[in-house]
Amino acid sequence: MLRRTIRLFLASVSLLVFAFPVLALSQTAAPADTQARIAALEQAMHQSQAATASAQMSGDNAWMLTSAALVLMMTGPGLALFYGGLVRKKNILGTMMQSFAMMGLVSILWALVGYSLAFGHGNLFIGGFEHVFLKGVTLSPNPDYGPTIPEQTYMIYQLMFAIITPALICGAFAERMKFSSMAVFLTLWSLIIYCPMAHMVWGVGGLFNSAGTHIPSFDFAGGTVVHITSGVSALVCALYMGKRIGYPHTAMPPHSLVLSFIGACLLWVGWFGFNAGSAVAANGLATSAFVNTHFATAAAALGWTIFEWLHAGKPTALGAISGAVAGLVAITPASGFVQPMSALVIGLIAGLFCSFMVFKVKALFGYDDSLDAFGVHGAGGTLGALLTGIFATWVINPVYGPGKATGAIDGNWHQMLNQLAAVGTSWGISIVGTLILLVVVDKIMGLRVTPEQEVAGLDLSQHGEEGYALD
Amino acid sequence: MLKIEAVLQPSKLDAVKDALLEAGIEGMTILEARGHGRQKGHTEFYRGREYTVDLLPKVKIEMVVHDNMKEKAIQAIVGAARTGRIGDGKIFISPVEEAIRIRNDERGENAL
Repeated sequence: MLRRTIRLFLASVSLLVFAFPVLALSQTAAPADTQARIAALEQAMHQSQAATASAQMSGDNAWMLTSAALVLMMTGPGLALFYGGLVRKKNILGTMMQSFAMMGLVSILWALVGYSLAFGHGNLFIGGFEHVFLKGVTLSPNPDYGPTIPEQTYMIYQLMFAIITPALICGAFAERMKFSSMAVFLTLWSLIIYCPMAHMVWGVGGLFNSAGTHIPSFDFAGGTVVHITSGVSALVCALYMGKRIGYPHTAMPPHSLVLSFIGACLLWVGWFGFNAGSAVAANGLATSAFVNTHFATAAAALGWTIFEWLHAGKPTALGAISGAVAGLVAITPASGFVQPMSALVIGLIAGLFCSFMVFKVKALFGYDDSLDAFGVHGAGGTLGALLTGIFATWVINPVYGPGKATGAIDGNWHQMLNQLAAVGTSWGISIVGTLILLVVVDKIMGLRVTPEQEVAGLDLSQHGEEGYALD
Repeated sequence: MLKIEAVLQPSKLDAVKDALLEAGIEGMTILEARGHGRQKGHTEFYRGREYTVDLLPKVKIEMVVHDNMKEKAIQAIVGAARTGRIGDGKIFISPVEEAIRIRNDERGENAL
């Protein structure tokens, strides 16, 4: 169908080109039947243009709606299972509910004001209020973001990113935060930290927008916006809230690595929507991001496993899936900018680096980042954002124009400064913003459950349920 | 009447159960348990953290038998559960004062 429309379109264009001299010569006295034929030709051309646009929108929209669903699957069930399996069994429902609460709360917030603050016009740092209550977000494309898909598709796709980002933070304060405080804290967090960062990197006129003129930095699918913000905020949460009772002397092994395993594999699959969907079209760039995502993940799983095998003597299942997630995180900013061989390198480095952060650095400083949200997302996100500056190439994504040096591998070392600026800003806004929010919520309603509730578990104390019944 | 309690490796449960049935002991209660004797535990690794697990999964069999079944029961259990390695388990035997069948209030050895 598409090929037929294109052929029709080409035929009408060439007919018009041949008709043009006739048109020019006969301006003054064209016979009536020539004019009629020109009019018919013009009409046919417009019709075929409309048919081509409609066919492209159909293809792109199908992929983007699929991607949006895949990204939602990353939070629930993906992340909920991944985190849920890593906690003790008395906290599984409490942990899964944290992810699920974001699916509800952030969605509502996004419709009311979040989308507008992230993707409205506005200034360098935050969007405006023109899309509050989704005003003007219609089924027509918005040329700023996706010229070939309805803007509502773009809006709902971006919502799924806004949902998973605060949900990732929950890994840092697992097993000890009040449900009510968690809901208030993360709702405010998505307004005060996520929306501005998304606007700066992806919003029209944003400070770090790669298509802009200010400090163009490369973040294809959310290394700075999603992983650095969530990972660094997670570290601040772990430091501010303190350790779980008994940590690190009491053994707190994961209660079901089977659940975590399923969750991690769902994350891997869902991440194709996250990264390849960030092309906002079903085009070659989407394929590139898809391929890079897959190779980096495989390499990172290998990297983490090698580190663990050498360090602890056994290749564990938890190590392999943790490495895969680290690779997914690190390739996220780079996925639409680099070659597949670079993706392998990025993944391998990410697997080794993140396992080192989790094994060595966490133990050195003694903070209780319970499920390693910082060690994987903060560390992997920072690494990925910087490696994107090194490996980005115009061959894959000519952001600065065809043949123009893009990343350091093309000879544009200056790009590293832009990447550093975006990384630094993301770290800064996450540290300061999270700290202020934690203090405020702590003063008003308290952050931690009581020691008795913590010992009893979040399932019973926060929700009045148990994940596993005895009969 | 005697109460025989045996703590076993979980993998030996089926063999012991079959041996006891063959020896003519028809009733038993089986509990999943955790414990250790002189056997040491093992270590597990989760993201670089090492946990020593010293309470290992065990199975405990309980049964109450006629006094004259004592040796037969011991032989059945030992014969089926022994591997010769540390951690094979133990058998404890103690007297039982009374047994009551709930269904019809039968007492003593008739209730077994």
